[in-house]
Amino acid sequence: MADIVIDRVVKEFGSFRALQEVSLNVRDGEFVALLGPSGCGKTTLLRIIAGLEKQDSGRIVIGGRDVSELAPRKRGLAMVFQNYAVFPHMTVFENVAFGLRMQKVTQDEVKRKVERAAALLHIEGYLDRYPAKLSGGQRQRVAVARALAVEPAVLLMDEPLSNLDALLRLEMRTELKAVLREAGTTTIYVTHDQTEAMGLADRIAVMYGGRIDQIGTPLEVYATPATRFVGGFLGSPPMNFIKVRCAQGTARIGDTALPCPAAGGEMELGLRGEDASLASNGSGIPFDVRVVEPMGSHLLLTGAIDGQLARIVAPPTATVTAGERVGLTVDPARLTWIDGATGRAVARA
Amino acid sequence: MSSRTSWIPYALIAPSVLFLAAFFLVPLVQTVWLSFSGDEGLSLVNYQRMAGDLNFSLAIQNTFLLTLVVVPIQVALALVMATMVSKLEKGRDIALWILTIPLGISDLAAGLAWLSLLQNTGYLNSALYALGIIPGPVGWLSQETPWSLFAAIAMAEIWRATAIVLVILIAGLQLIPKEFSEAAEIFGAQPWTRFRRITLPLLKPSLQSALILRTVLAFEVFAVVYALGGRNFPVLAGEAYTWQNENQNYGVAAAYAVLIMAISLAATALYLRVLRTRPEQLP
Repeated sequence: MADIVIDRVVKEFGSFRALQEVSLNVRDGEFVALLGPSGCGKTTLLRIIAGLEKQDSGRIVIGGRDVSELAPRKRGLAMVFQNYAVFPHMTVFENVAFGLRMQKVTQDEVKRKVERAAALLHIEGYLDRYPAKLSGGQRQRVAVARALAVEPAVLLMDEPLSNLDALLRLEMRTELKAVLREAGTTTIYVTHDQTEAMGLADRIAVMYGGRIDQIGTPLEVYATPATRFVGGFLGSPPMNFIKVRCAQGTARIGDTALPCPAAGGEMELGLRGEDASLASNGSGIPFDVRVVEPMGSHLLLTGAIDGQLARIVAPPTATVTAGERVGLTVDPARLTWIDGATGRAVARA
Repeated sequence: MSSRTSWIPYALIAPSVLFLAAFFLVPLVQTVWLSFSGDEGLSLVNYQRMAGDLNFSLAIQNTFLLTLVVVPIQVALALVMATMVSKLEKGRDIALWILTIPLGISDLAAGLAWLSLLQNTGYLNSALYALGIIPGPVGWLSQETPWSLFAAIAMAEIWRATAIVLVILIAGLQLIPKEFSEAAEIFGAQPWTRFRRITLPLLKPSLQSALILRTVLAFEVFAVVYALGGRNFPVLAGEAYTWQNENQNYGVAAAYAVLIMAISLAATALYLRVLRTRPEQLP
């Protein structure tokens, strides 16, 4: 078990700055997801932690030991790769045993640990098969078992579920969470899938443009995004942003006055689709409904607030028709205010 | 429609099949036939004459010795070179291009180039003499110095034909996803262990192709030997040439040709068996 300190890590590829002074502390036993769109630097950061890539400056400290200059094999970690990287010329048993064999563990110990990891991932039945005979999901289990068999202090996972189909992904996600909780391993998990990050992680680090925009628990990051990007990247539908003018601590949309941060000026009002409710008498913020999509569990309404695109989630029983103007009531405490110029959230007064 | 599409593929490959049949299959059958024909129909007289010849056992011995020395060195060298070239981040194409220059030189020209280095008045002797290491010209390629002659031929062959192995192995290395090596590294494998336990097994199909090609060509070695040693170093293909052109005995020459083919086929079969990759072990 170990904590991880990522200290002002910079990585450049030619003139492109892939990581700009990224710092992050991961506590012992914690599960942190690095979440972001492709090209945000999350995989580069993971590969630098693993030692597969060399940082241009900054330090990586694992369990109090500076590993910045160490080879991957000396860092005491295990990794699960996006395309599994399960060795095709070895049986499942030998794959899971690989790390133990490198540690020169005794034969009995290898057998015992492989069997335990295999049982954890439910692959006991395939130990003498070759990976080519396994499905994608089974290969992924082998890759995870191989990583857990060495009982690593730190486990790194690079989009481990992205090659699986949607149903299998959901199943593996649940299982992974249970397995990793039991193992208690410090885990860094790279993904571009927000539901994976939300469901699995103790904390999420949202990355964008080579930096971490925000780090916090899933609910913090979801409810109080630190930047416009975080609000727009998390949630389905994403957070709505309505441009408003803020003067003397009040912003007006239609007849509704909302308290806004004292700083004032051109701001964007961040509103989660489910944080607005339909007013019974049509009062409140006017919302022009253009499309109504019944999603089963809810209605997804797409329309305009003050002429700006917005998506609102309504109860499945609501009676709303396209072309109608409805009124929305919002809880001011659940609104996010974004400075129009910087794109960063502004604290409420 | 289906009746028309059914003959189109055959029509399209017909020219190449006919070409191969005319210039490959027919001469092959003719050669085999020729090797087995005596004065009164089928006989082994050509083979008896071949086996009874003074140079025969020497030619067998030399050809096998050369193959057994040259091919393993070439594969080992090519593995080292391929690993180094594929690690290059910049200038990989230039390095590969330079390393494969010998492939563009005909084997006779390569033999003559090495002859100009190693003959009595060659560059090697001039250099050694200028440095005061030898008092006068030393014969490296004569019948009296069989080991230096052998070493010269082996060296010329290694120089000339390692690049073809290199090209095949580089292509094979590029097919191996780098994640395999990275995963092995993460899980504690040292560079040599990674090479032995991951790269080499995954490279087996390419190694097999390279070995088959190089071994078959090594059994056919001729021009380099002819340029450097003449008949001082008899090899199988050289004997076939001598019987064909100097002795004008086409039957014995054909017997040599069939023998070379049989050895090549046997070597190929051996490689196919020993280095086979089971389908379930393919990536």
